[in-house]
Amino acid sequence: MSKLKLIIQREFIAKVRNKSFIVMTFLSPLIMVGMGALVYFLMQKNDEKVKKIVYVDNSGMFSKEDFKDSKTIHFTDYTALGVEETKKKVEEGNYYGALIIPKQDSLELLAKSIEFYSKDSPGMSVMSSMENKIETKIRNEKLTNYGIDLEKIKASKINTDIKMFNFSGEESSKLINGLKIGVGAIAGYFLMMFVMIYGTSVMRSVIEEKTSRIIEIIVSSVKPFQLMLGKILGNASAGLLQFFIWGIILFIISIVASSIFGVDMVEMQTARVPAEQMEAVKQATEGDKGQMIIQEIFKLPILKMFVLFIFYFLGGFMLYSSLFAAVGAAVDNETDTQQFMLPIMLPLILGVYVGFATVINDPHGSIAVLFSHIPFTSPIVMLMRVPFGVSWYELAISMALLLVTFVFMVWLAAKIYRVGILMYGKKPTYKDLYKWLKY
Amino acid sequence: MKNLLEVNNVVKKYGDFTALNNVSLHIPKGSVFGLLGPNGAGKTSLIRIINQITMPDSGSVILDGEALAPKHTAQIGYLPEERGLYKSMKVGEQALYLAQLKGLSKSEAKKRLKYWFEKFDISAWWNKKIEELSKGMAQKVQFIVTVMHNPKLLIFDEPFSGFDPINAQLIAKEILQLREEGATIIFSTHRMESVEEMCDEIALIDKSNKILDGKLDDIKRQFRTHTFQVGLETENPKEVEEKLRKSFEVFPADFKLLNDSLTMNVKLTEGNTSNDLLSFLTSRGEVQHFVELIPSANDIFIQAVNKNS
Repeated sequence: MSKLKLIIQREFIAKVRNKSFIVMTFLSPLIMVGMGALVYFLMQKNDEKVKKIVYVDNSGMFSKEDFKDSKTIHFTDYTALGVEETKKKVEEGNYYGALIIPKQDSLELLAKSIEFYSKDSPGMSVMSSMENKIETKIRNEKLTNYGIDLEKIKASKINTDIKMFNFSGEESSKLINGLKIGVGAIAGYFLMMFVMIYGTSVMRSVIEEKTSRIIEIIVSSVKPFQLMLGKILGNASAGLLQFFIWGIILFIISIVASSIFGVDMVEMQTARVPAEQMEAVKQATEGDKGQMIIQEIFKLPILKMFVLFIFYFLGGFMLYSSLFAAVGAAVDNETDTQQFMLPIMLPLILGVYVGFATVINDPHGSIAVLFSHIPFTSPIVMLMRVPFGVSWYELAISMALLLVTFVFMVWLAAKIYRVGILMYGKKPTYKDLYKWLKY
Repeated sequence: MKNLLEVNNVVKKYGDFTALNNVSLHIPKGSVFGLLGPNGAGKTSLIRIINQITMPDSGSVILDGEALAPKHTAQIGYLPEERGLYKSMKVGEQALYLAQLKGLSKSEAKKRLKYWFEKFDISAWWNKKIEELSKGMAQKVQFIVTVMHNPKLLIFDEPFSGFDPINAQLIAKEILQLREEGATIIFSTHRMESVEEMCDEIALIDKSNKILDGKLDDIKRQFRTHTFQVGLETENPKEVEEKLRKSFEVFPADFKLLNDSLTMNVKLTEGNTSNDLLSFLTSRGEVQHFVELIPSANDIFIQAVNKNS
């Protein structure tokens, strides 16, 4: 047992002392935040440019009232110039594009015959903005034709906001649902990244021992299984340490950031609410918008998620890193690992995709439930589901399955590892690996 | 207990390939035991079994009267042929780590390392990384980590490779010194001159089988051909040679003498003794040179392996 401790210690220290570990630990949270800020900044810059669009309305139905200028799109009426002349002008001049509305006998035909000409393909947001404007106008026109009073329609508009509760009396909202998706997705994604980064680190460490040829000296003192386990646990502890440091740094950054960006998020939420209701919301949340977000975050089962994150991280990491260790033992150098890496990476990536595709739509749907029980994907998918509340018995089954599988995989990988570390030369095939299991 | 290590009927198979076929060895306490054999004969497989890196399929290994068990790793020191150290780890830290894996406490390991580092005059390297050292320097560190826990059994696989002649001499001296202090040494090498110099007993393994073992002197006697190198100063060498052929087997000489003598290799035939040969020679001239050809370890190795194939 004390030998295992020695190995864990050595692996941990070797990992933590590494310059790249120190740089990764302290710089990457800053880089992540910096990248986020940069993307945000660039997006704003991108939208700031005003797009000049001209329209030729031969139907005589539309007016400047219908094409109101927005912050980024300005409309100009070129009807007087005629279709051909306008197109020419737009092509030569500094315009975004030309909207051509022909004269048609019926509104249905008109709706289908409007055209837009531009030098480059137009952005989605521009197109949908124009389509919205035209749709509203034609719908209103039809309603008037049916003899319906538009004023009454406007007056009848009402907004509902269903309050969501679960049976333990927790209130939820769209905001907190969004947060749950976000937190779950980040946790799942993080886990995948961790398993990949630290799994490859285990693999590299095995290859290093093989190529430096110290391996034979080590295994004459300790059992190969002890060495493999020590490596995995040493790297896992380094990973956990890094995670804790990141957690602390990100927590500090998020508290600082939420007091700045929190305001924007609340405004995004209220943007679709009609003006009269907006006033009420604004009054209700005035002053503590940033705090509201933080309060919502604290309503999540944070402790439970934290404990589960640690469990699934360790379980998933043990499962995958034993495979990485077996791959490292099987080859002589890193370039030979490619062929064996793919089958390991696939379930990890699948986990993230399944998580993003299914959990967000329906966290308790059958696919999400299934994949949160399969041990190779459960660490990722289950972590994504946890913020939405997963029953204890489901968690217990998933965790038990993971535990059993990882014990089995560590045992299997150890058999390959034991033989592989002393094999040099030819790159083994899958058939060779199978043979090694029986040595 | 006469033998420190007994290997009894060990069989090791890798799939369809038999690496060791019913191999038995008895290694006396305090001896230097040469484990010889061509490449791929099964030496490394056997050494790995003794080190408990792999397990035999059948057969047993007894160390100092006890069946080999994990606790025995602390009593064995192993210098593999393909060796190395952690490149980016400091020499001292690394040696401490390896010593602790062999069961020494940290303070004890420090004390012993200090002794060895001073002995080899390398104390200044303690905080250097292995990648900063030359190959020969790294080999010295490697030797120290093999012996520092005072093992009962030391296994050296090609210990001199990578050393210049001066350092090889130093290491050879240390190995013999360790034997003086009571260690038993298994010595695997292809350098037959060092086998002659150092080994008391040898075993020869070829194609997974042990084909020869015993005291080096006994084996030499066994491989004796009763051939003598002869140098004779005589008036008519042709006549002497012809007469000699009637009672002995005569081969062309493979040695040189300083003066112009008749030189040849003569093998005694059935019923002849060396005295018969000598009296024949003295009666026909002046004997300049008369030496029995003792088979070298090299000859024995080649002969035994060729016979086995």
